[in-house]
Amino acid sequence: MKETPLIPAGVKRCSKWQFSIWMAAVTAVLLWGVYAMFLIWYKGLNQTNMNDAYGFALWIWADLAVIALGGGAFFSGFLTYIIGKNELKNIINYAVIIGFICYSSALLILAIDIGQPLRGWFIFWHANVHSMLTEVAFCLSCYFAVLTIEFIPLILENPKLDKKPFLHHLSHNMHGIMAIFAATGVFLSFFHQGSLGGVAGVLFGRPFAYREHIFIWPFTFFLFTWSAAAFGPCFTILVTKVTELITRKKLVKDSVYQLLAKISGWMILTYIIAKTIDTLYWAFVTAPSKGFTLMDFYASSTYNIGILFAEIVLCGFVPGLILITKRGRENSFLLMTAVILAVIGVSLNRWVMVLQVMAVPLFSFNDWYAYMPSWQEVATTVLPVAYGLIVISLAHRYLPVFPQEKELNPID
Amino acid sequence: MKEKNDHKHANRYGMVIDLDKCTGCGSCMVGCYAENNVPFKPDETNKLDSINWIRIFKLTNKKPYPDTEVCYLPMPCMQCDGIGKHGHSPCVSVCPAVATDYDYDTGIVSQIYTRCFGCRYCMAACPYHARKFNWWDPVWPADMEKYLSPNVSPRMRGVVEKCSFCFHRHQLAKDKAYLEERKELEEDEYQTACADACPTGAITFGDLNNKDHAVYQLKNSPKAFRLLERLETNPKVYYLTSKEWVRRAGDNYLAHEEPGKLNHTVKEHH
Amino acid sequence: MFPFCFEWAWDMGHIVFMGGLWYALSIIGAGLTFAIIKSIFDSTGGGHDNHDHGHH
Ligand code: SF4
Ligand code: SF4
Repeated sequence: MKETPLIPAGVKRCSKWQFSIWMAAVTAVLLWGVYAMFLIWYKGLNQTNMNDAYGFALWIWADLAVIALGGGAFFSGFLTYIIGKNELKNIINYAVIIGFICYSSALLILAIDIGQPLRGWFIFWHANVHSMLTEVAFCLSCYFAVLTIEFIPLILENPKLDKKPFLHHLSHNMHGIMAIFAATGVFLSFFHQGSLGGVAGVLFGRPFAYREHIFIWPFTFFLFTWSAAAFGPCFTILVTKVTELITRKKLVKDSVYQLLAKISGWMILTYIIAKTIDTLYWAFVTAPSKGFTLMDFYASSTYNIGILFAEIVLCGFVPGLILITKRGRENSFLLMTAVILAVIGVSLNRWVMVLQVMAVPLFSFNDWYAYMPSWQEVATTVLPVAYGLIVISLAHRYLPVFPQEKELNPID
Repeated sequence: MKEKNDHKHANRYGMVIDLDKCTGCGSCMVGCYAENNVPFKPDETNKLDSINWIRIFKLTNKKPYPDTEVCYLPMPCMQCDGIGKHGHSPCVSVCPAVATDYDYDTGIVSQIYTRCFGCRYCMAACPYHARKFNWWDPVWPADMEKYLSPNVSPRMRGVVEKCSFCFHRHQLAKDKAYLEERKELEEDEYQTACADACPTGAITFGDLNNKDHAVYQLKNSPKAFRLLERLETNPKVYYLTSKEWVRRAGDNYLAHEEPGKLNHTVKEHH
Repeated sequence: MFPFCFEWAWDMGHIVFMGGLWYALSIIGAGLTFAIIKSIFDSTGGGHDNHDHGHH
């Protein structure tokens, strides 16, 4: 094969043609998103279906969701480098790549979402340190820098780049101090994941979102951090499994999956118990003190009480319980069901904390607000997915992402 | 959000709107559009992205004829004081770029158009939907640009705007008082455009901290209430009504709760 | 973000928030600088580090 110098030694990759066709297809989708993105930058946010009642919509949900799902990177990093779960070294590379994609997407979406993109830097320069969004912006950007730093050594391991002595040493030295970067990443993640929860939780004008505070942080602050750590690894597992399915080979040993799934399971279970307590307190203490009953918040046909059930029981307790039991984890059908439910669950939680917050009427003389995204919003939300597929494809083809791949798939 | 210590002498401008007097004629809205260069769209079918700094809601008691009653409720920005202390307004506390600020001298929540970068977090925070986003660049019909007020800067696409209690009028009055070597403004020296425009005199404007201003007495009337008071937004716009159902519509109550008879956990903070 | 921005105040909020931020940034910066400088030394000055080849 002509490409061999670029492809890591000892592994097999699909043919150039197959790869090119796949990339062309994904790039076409990407270009659709890029077109919509420029349309929005050029013509403004009137290209969306947002309105004054729905100022936060699909994008902010996408932002919150990808950041929660990208939480696998910081939590696996924490487990690998700080707790010392060496087993996870076999999946951490991929977790970092997925995190990198998620966070770069989140930053891109934010850049599309603001009304005056050229003034985006005001959020740093004129920072209001009391705003949750300021904290999000700072920690998000810093953590993205950390993820880039974690990604670089892997890129430098590409056989061609590795031949250059400086790059070879750089990769080695960066690996050497990775624990420091990982620890910084955990610190930053703790705050921005939390602040994203805080974004909704501090809105004392919105009783659906508002939660009581511990010191300056609303309960949602802790719930968001916790849920990102709990559900993020499920997304890592899901993406890795799908990659295995597409490449038709085993990339990570089962024991690695089992370990990550088990930790994730316990995190989900404890999270969902905390979430249940939070929900009960909110429903029976916080909301009534402001004149609302629980059912006032679920009185629309779209946002009915089924959503709460889906989020807490179906996509919370169920995956949590499956993953903590050995039998559940080891059965590949149950494992997949659990991780898929978990990914849906955390995305649903973020959806509710953004879109339902906007939908609930506050005055008895107002009705529920409805919103349906425009194609431009959909296209720009699909854009990061296409971009992610491209990055993953390139990384898988040219970088030694999975340390166990050679062992699991001997070529001759 | 820097705090000043001399709260005692600070003004706290506010408004009292008598719903028993309001006919829903819309003059306040017209006055506001003209005064503040508020832009409008060529097609205003979709009211959810219309810009207005004060708008009128039509409330009904939902009873069949002949018991039907209607009430018109003008709603500007409430210039919320927020929980606990001045300045923790729902919107001011969330703006990441300090593009909306609480003025401790007047109690007015400002909006800095050139600082706002359009994240719309403040809109999500405001329970009164008082904040409007400029989804388009403003376009005025031919010649109308000549009629724009030179005292209020027009806004650009991609930023949020809202009622300022005609803050430019406060500045002009202050300038005049300064030249005349006075510190305090008279009640009639600083009035908002909507209060001026209202033909029935339903809107009274003034300093809530000043015993000589009409609003000071009015706000203490047993007929007075504020919108969504239970959220602790602490608004500086009061409403007067003699009708129980109107009062009830102004906030959220559990089935057994009676407006006005709640244990007063929600207090006005000074 | 900087003390010379006009909304800056030397209050608890700014000290804690910006302190945390600059602390994190300095760690990232210092780590990166260390890795780069060490790599320059490793790749130019002497080959005593060559036993590293191939393991990470
Ligand atoms: S009414 Fe809305 S915009 Fe006005 S001060 Fe209150 S929260 Fe802010
Ligand atoms: S839209 Fe403007 S005023 Fe509102 S929070 Fe964002 S930057 Fe601040």
